Amino acid sequence: MLIIPTLFLISIVVFVIIRVMPGGIVDTLVQEAAMRGGSLDRQALERSLGLDAPVYIQYGRWIRDLLLHGSLGDSLNAGLPVTEIILSRMWVTAELGFLAIAASLLLGLPIGAYSAFRQDTVGDYIARSFAIIFLAVPTFWLATMIILYSSIWWGWLPPLEVIPFTDDPLGNLKQFILPSLLTGMFMSGVCMRMTRTMMLEVLRQDYIRTAYAKGLSGGPVLIRHAMKNAFIPVITIIGMELPMLVGGSVVVEQLFTLPGMGRLLLEALVDKDYTLVSGINLVIAVVIVFANLLVDISYAYLDPRVRYR
Amino acid sequence: MHIWILGSDTGNHNKMSRHTGNFREEVDRKTPQPLIGFFLRLIREKPLGIAGGSVLAIMLFAGIFANLLTPYGMNELHLIDRFAGPSSKYLIGADQLGRDILTRMIHGARISVIVGLGGTSVAVVVAALIGVPSGYFGGKYDMVLQRLVDALVAFPTLLILLTLMSTVGRGMIQIILVMGILHGIATSRITRSAVIGIKENDYFQAAKAIGITDLRLIIRYVMPNIMAPLIVMFTVAIGSMILWEASLSFLGFGLPPDVPSWGGMLNHEGRLYMEMKPALALWPGLFLTITVYSINMFGDAVRDLLDPRLRGIGR
Repeated sequence: MLIIPTLFLISIVVFVIIRVMPGGIVDTLVQEAAMRGGSLDRQALERSLGLDAPVYIQYGRWIRDLLLHGSLGDSLNAGLPVTEIILSRMWVTAELGFLAIAASLLLGLPIGAYSAFRQDTVGDYIARSFAIIFLAVPTFWLATMIILYSSIWWGWLPPLEVIPFTDDPLGNLKQFILPSLLTGMFMSGVCMRMTRTMMLEVLRQDYIRTAYAKGLSGGPVLIRHAMKNAFIPVITIIGMELPMLVGGSVVVEQLFTLPGMGRLLLEALVDKDYTLVSGINLVIAVVIVFANLLVDISYAYLDPRVRYR
Repeated sequence: MHIWILGSDTGNHNKMSRHTGNFREEVDRKTPQPLIGFFLRLIREKPLGIAGGSVLAIMLFAGIFANLLTPYGMNELHLIDRFAGPSSKYLIGADQLGRDILTRMIHGARISVIVGLGGTSVAVVVAALIGVPSGYFGGKYDMVLQRLVDALVAFPTLLILLTLMSTVGRGMIQIILVMGILHGIATSRITRSAVIGIKENDYFQAAKAIGITDLRLIIRYVMPNIMAPLIVMFTVAIGSMILWEASLSFLGFGLPPDVPSWGGMLNHEGRLYMEMKPALALWPGLFLTITVYSINMFGDAVRDLLDPRLRGIGR
């Protein structure tokens, strides 16, 4: 239930943070008009954009529209409803994020488990080195390098147009696989390390020895007994790293020219489009808060004891 | 145990030698034993940490003496040598305006050092200013503040940084303050929990019982004892600060284009001319990766030795 005050505070932060400085869009518009030789009435402009009132009144109006009409206002620049703009770009980021998490789990869990199972072997060392590299290399640099050298060696450049999943599922996945691997790189490093640590701990537990003692072979013990228990902290840490993932997707979208929320935010920031910026930030924050709620709920499935607490 | 002794050493002497590892100086000054012991332990138990610390020391050195180490100015143009390859004149080549890349890399180290140390200093001060009263007084103030911190932490850091930087404008002071304050608010919960832990101790209760004022209690009893988590926070945060600055500059919201920040270089000359000269995109990122990796190793080592309970912070 703590989710409601948190959401309320997030909405305040999101709204105020972009409006702390005076000027902004009005200055830009007035300057643009002056450059074109015309002139704009500053006060009329402020009034029409709803920027003449004090911030708390603006916030009141904003939250009222949001709660009563589900509207986030109109974009100051494009004039379109913010919700409409966000909805048209959201699926790109959603797909990128989903594939990134999937990729990091598919890489992190088996490799982390292998690393623990074969502790202190060559394979373990190689896996751990990769995990550390994944954590240290900045996504934006690695992405630049990949784009650069694949264009030099194979003449490949990221496509400028995004292929919708509904038109061509295979082409769409092909286009998204590299960006999502890059977005998920950091998280897969975290996931690998966490899985390894937890598996090492779990493998030393009595119930694992019991499972072996009653004659089970390595595979079932690892999957049914060890993995499920080691998975809980991994899930927690994935929830905690979600904000990091969103940050990474901003960079990746920019580099691979994917028209997602991250690029939308950068465009809106350059335009000083307050309502659009607040809208994007709010949607992202709400998604993250709910994702964390989902993580909490998933504990109950993974660890039935949690339900009785 | 260790926390206590190191914590009581609040004087600001030899802050520098802590990084450079100048033992002779330590001995000459007859500094308290624990600091030497700490370094010996660092060398014995954490070789990787020492390696990381050495890179940090080299960075500091390069940053401070950037002007003396480099043969050219950071924006010195040699248009005739545009895109020059590596030679004895330009060790790793020259960029699209004939500026020496290595010179700009070294000045980039200076920028990173300033941003890293400046940002973390602000962060530590903010974390102490918010976290100490929050933990010390508790109550409604604490309640409201912690919910605000919750709201901020749920938010992608890069997104807030971008939003704030777009309102305050590009620049060094701006970036240091924005990153420092934001990180300080986020990490204030660590200081807060450290303070709450201290309040349980007998020595604190005794001091309170004899009627020492709150201010004096905070300065004399609380602050010295939260130094260990603060130092750990400091070392762990430097890497993130440098990386954030690079990301912001890379996206065009960090430092102005004429400042040779590694992230900015990767964005401007790096991406524009990378197909003509891959080195322009290669070097800034490589320097950045090595630096961040080393600082993280050093920070982890310091954390493990000073306060193992803080594992996982700063990621």
